[in-house]
Amino acid sequence: MEILVLLILMIIGAFIATETRDLLSSVISVGAVGFLLCLAFLYLKAPDIAITQMVVEVLALIILIRATLHRDLTFVKGMRAKLGLGFSLFAVVVVTVLSIPFFQDLPKFGHPLLSEGRSVANFYLQEGLRKTGAANITTSVLLDFRMYDTLGEATILFTSILGALAILRRPSHKKVKEKDKEEALK
Amino acid sequence: MKEEEKGLSTIVKVVTRWIVGFILLFGIYIVIFGHLTPGGGFPGGVIIAGVFVLLTLSFGREVPLRKLNSTLASELDSFGALVFLLVGILGLYLATYFAQNFITTFPQQYFRPFSAGVIPICNLAIGLKVGASIFMVFIILAVTRVISVGEGRMKMLRKRTGRRRRK
Repeated sequence: MEILVLLILMIIGAFIATETRDLLSSVISVGAVGFLLCLAFLYLKAPDIAITQMVVEVLALIILIRATLHRDLTFVKGMRAKLGLGFSLFAVVVVTVLSIPFFQDLPKFGHPLLSEGRSVANFYLQEGLRKTGAANITTSVLLDFRMYDTLGEATILFTSILGALAILRRPSHKKVKEKDKEEALK
Repeated sequence: MKEEEKGLSTIVKVVTRWIVGFILLFGIYIVIFGHLTPGGGFPGGVIIAGVFVLLTLSFGREVPLRKLNSTLASELDSFGALVFLLVGILGLYLATYFAQNFITTFPQQYFRPFSAGVIPICNLAIGLKVGASIFMVFIILAVTRVISVGEGRMKMLRKRTGRRRRK
């Protein structure tokens, strides 16, 4: 029940974030959605993910407000396309109606398919401490049973930082030299 | 421009000075005890990066860059990634398969800081890597800014630092 309230509030926040004209209030409603998601994780008893969500949300908000929000760009100009909104609403309704039969086949909320009998999830819960020695099962899954996945994540982060630095670095040597030449000619 | 004039007001600076050490301590705790309590390398690294972000916001960007310049940050980033990879490859050589936990934990070590084999080492490596790289992203985004040029077009500029202005 509480999770439903949180989900509805999150959907309202997401709507406000996309529909408002002031970029600052849009960013703030994105932050509200993130904190509600953090509450939802806490309610579902996943403190690891809740901590990660909270911390990353705060940093992302700071970066969004401080680094991308400038005086010149705080308001969205121009008319909103009503035809596009109509089309997207139509698409949402059609997809929802078509996916109702599939929703009925999904397992009930809180009863995942993998938790029955001799499954991987049960194996992690029962043998996690004995196999790895880590009291936190989440960490033992992340850094022992599934360390290959974590290595992939770290590679993705590393590559994306590399790309961001390559795009946003100082002006290249060639441009600096050209500027020096121009100044020397003057 | 004098150093006192940069950044936010005096109240913010004083509170930041009080609080920064505790936040850093909390981040290190989250990293080191990641295998015992909720947390781990990633959130702890982000909290450690948050310390430097707080310093940047309240004191201007020269103060944190004096403590951790971008060259050192990129080296720490690469160092963390390499340590993480090295632990995986060591599992291949000291044990049987890639990324195997090659340090065995005995039952009397459970729930102690020194347990869980390579997991604390991996947490430390990930914490270093994430903290350094997110700090670098914030610094890079804080010194570039987007301005609008004409109708619907935008241009990226690098903010001028104080040193250049003096020239």
